[in-house]
Amino acid sequence: MVSEAQVWKILESVNDPEVPVLNILDLGIVREVSIENDHINISITPTYTGCPAMKVIEWDIISRLKQEGIDNFNIKTILSPAWTTDWMSEAGRKKLKDYGIAPPQYDKGDPTALFQAEKKIACPHCDSSNTKMVSEFGSTACKAFYKCLDCLEPFDYFKCH
Amino acid sequence: MKENLLKYTLHLADNALILGHRLSEWCGHGPVLEQDIALTNIALDLVGQARNLYQYAAEISGDGKTEDDFPYLRKENEFRNVLLTEYPNEDFAYTIVRQFLYDSYNFYFYNELKNSSDKRLAAIAEKSLKEITYHLRFSSEWMIRLGDGTEVSHEKMQNALEDLYPFWGELVQAEDYETALLAFGVSVDLNKIKPGIEAKVKEIMEKATLKLPEISWFQSGGKKGHHTEQLGFILTDLQYLQRTYPGAEW
Repeated sequence: MVSEAQVWKILESVNDPEVPVLNILDLGIVREVSIENDHINISITPTYTGCPAMKVIEWDIISRLKQEGIDNFNIKTILSPAWTTDWMSEAGRKKLKDYGIAPPQYDKGDPTALFQAEKKIACPHCDSSNTKMVSEFGSTACKAFYKCLDCLEPFDYFKCH
Repeated sequence: MKENLLKYTLHLADNALILGHRLSEWCGHGPVLEQDIALTNIALDLVGQARNLYQYAAEISGDGKTEDDFPYLRKENEFRNVLLTEYPNEDFAYTIVRQFLYDSYNFYFYNELKNSSDKRLAAIAEKSLKEITYHLRFSSEWMIRLGDGTEVSHEKMQNALEDLYPFWGELVQAEDYETALLAFGVSVDLNKIKPGIEAKVKEIMEKATLKLPEISWFQSGGKKGHHTEQLGFILTDLQYLQRTYPGAEW
């Protein structure tokens, strides 16, 4: 018989397949863990609707729990409330930056405003704010592509969402 | 009610799938790498939205169908996507104009669908809207950049607009299953969102120095299952594997 805290601990060891420095708790993908009559219910939410990593994450959760000898669980995908980068943990932001991906910026204004000027994104390598967006769409749905005009390194920015 | 809800959900799913499929055809063929990636990113969002909707359709249908049955095993006349979404990519101008006309509609549509009395559709809308907002910003910027660009880019955009605009009317023309669901607060009232969409289109056209064609008649039929020949070619591609090897999995 496991406790909710133990399940959370196990989930912490499941990493995002596309940004492997982050675990799924850093990203805020796991929304709920509850245990009823020895049955564990886990709710996860996708970052982006079409994120191909979601299925892999689900398989990884299943295989991790089974490794721990846990069989009596189900995983439910929920859409509302919609995932937001605000749910990313402080530790997650730090890990992203160390990995070379600029973390999402907190102060994002009205996300529905069109043509809203993006904040100057600090380069994760040299911290300069003298950067330029190359493309709104980067290597994965959750990232935009930037270039630092000081150290000249290209980098990914994890978009506010 | 159930039958109309199924039709409505499939209409929304088919819109997302067919446009997503069209955009995915750009993969590896984009004018520059960044735009190649941008178009396929949008395709991914749309196919993801389609999956959520097909999953819901499978539950409504409740006869053992799965999300895959709808895209892979239905015939052309069972698809309810608007004709605009099946229009061929042609070139980057056509692709951007098609995308902008669709995004500006989609943005107002999903903004309203998130208030639907159907909790599942509302949740899917809330999730999708964040992505659609981003799509609209992308396509609006390219409308302006190319419309108000060089003489050549302006001409290409204006030509694409002349060809695609006749398909715009269908977006805001309600089909019987949409009207039937209005009374239950499930579907979006197209008359209510039409002024917002028109204002957005007008605003971007002005900034892009493009002129909306003056036409008095719009193409329609897609929402009923009457399609252009293009959909057949799309489905030939999309359904090949399941038609040739029924039930194949990977």
